Amino acid sequence: KTHALSYAKQENDNQTLTPLNKVTSHNNFYEFGTDKADPKANAQAFKVDPWQLQVDGLVENPFSLSLDELYKIAPLEERIYRLRCVEAWSMVIPWIGFPLRALLQKAKPLSSGKYVAFETLYDPKQMPGQASVFRGGGIDYPYVEGLRMDEAAHPLTLLAVGLYGKSLPAQNGAPIRLVVPWKYGFKSIKSLVRIRITDKQPPTTWNLLAPNEYGFYANVNPKVDHPRWSQARERRITTGGLFASNRIDTLPFNGYEEVASLYSGMDLGRSY
Amino acid sequence: MKLAKLLNGSTIFWIKVFIHGLCIGWASLVFNQAAYDQLGGDPVEALLHFTGISAFNLLLLCLCISPLAKLLRASPLMKFRRLLGLYAFAFASAHLLTYILFELQLEWYLLGSEIVKRPYITVGFLAWTILLLLALTSPKAAQRRLGRNWQKLHNWVYPAGGLVALHYIWSVKSDILQPTLYIGLLLILLFFRKDKFISATYWFNTKRS
Repeated sequence: KTHALSYAKQENDNQTLTPLNKVTSHNNFYEFGTDKADPKANAQAFKVDPWQLQVDGLVENPFSLSLDELYKIAPLEERIYRLRCVEAWSMVIPWIGFPLRALLQKAKPLSSGKYVAFETLYDPKQMPGQASVFRGGGIDYPYVEGLRMDEAAHPLTLLAVGLYGKSLPAQNGAPIRLVVPWKYGFKSIKSLVRIRITDKQPPTTWNLLAPNEYGFYANVNPKVDHPRWSQARERRITTGGLFASNRIDTLPFNGYEEVASLYSGMDLGRSY
Repeated sequence: MKLAKLLNGSTIFWIKVFIHGLCIGWASLVFNQAAYDQLGGDPVEALLHFTGISAFNLLLLCLCISPLAKLLRASPLMKFRRLLGLYAFAFASAHLLTYILFELQLEWYLLGSEIVKRPYITVGFLAWTILLLLALTSPKAAQRRLGRNWQKLHNWVYPAGGLVALHYIWSVKSDILQPTLYIGLLLILLFFRKDKFISATYWFNTKRS
């Protein structure tokens, strides 16, 4: 059901990629069930056509985009990013998309706009996790996320519409999702239907659920442990089974040091 | 009772063979899949879940035996209890080993600090330690030597069950459905043994006063 995309390839990247079959079969997407294999099993009939992504809030130019328009906001480019899950595993994924800032520029945020709020589709008929408290892991749907305006406008912040050369598979957040590579994976909200500019810090799903475990910022930080496990190291999922020795150090900001200046003067131990 | 008659020496033998075959066969199959990267995106996580939930299943099955034997008046059922308990311990050990070998990949300092710092790992490790003691004292010879204390020691299987349940529910992020079902099952099984706890509290109170 995915289709090929035309995009500018990323050159000179020597990271070992996580194979496509692992990227598409090991997903946290509770809307389709809480087991890592559930999204692939339950999302195959997911309909993305028609789709509507609404961009509004404190902007000069609110608009909404249809499925076809999602691929035409800006030239598509490949971005090979490390994805660090809060559960201490990671992948390397060749996303295809465009910077979120390109979309923001089109909407022209007002100067009162300080934050960007994101929302996943709410459709219990298609998403069994939303239809049942038991299957959806007790999350209050729709899934919501948020970024500070400067984080959202950072050139690394991506809206992805594809991976491995093709449009996104449903289990990876079709047709359009956020990718913020220096933050834990749960910030990278999937299957977006709404992007809203706000003046107040928006609520975020995992922070609402367990504020002592998941903060608003959720920057990858080896020095701040999850209360239930260490974040100092991670298992990098590439190829190889049980005996692949794949434990590596977790780097501050997941190795994307260029974002550090966004947080100068902040105590990242308290604003985790 | 018919069931008691059906469970003669040779059926008991073959059922035991079946239990061995099922446990060893299934575990080898899953381990092999994990070793050859045929167990989903992250074989380490899949193997951790498989060994953990299997240990809990076997422990619950083991705890079913005594109430079932009473209910059905089929005392030969008791002959399977030790075997099931030992397999519960074996799967719990495989779970711990999977964590040490494949999750932590032999970072021993981390094993120590995680056991101390993370309550869900602390209770899991405590449960495994209890099961280890019970496994070590499971041979007939140990049973004879310990005399009346053997039963007292082996009553610790109930606190172990409680610790396993805590370990499970504290380990999940938010999907508490399955752990809650398991806790419900455990409570039902513990209800059948309530006389034990009543006498245990009685013993405790009289000792203190």
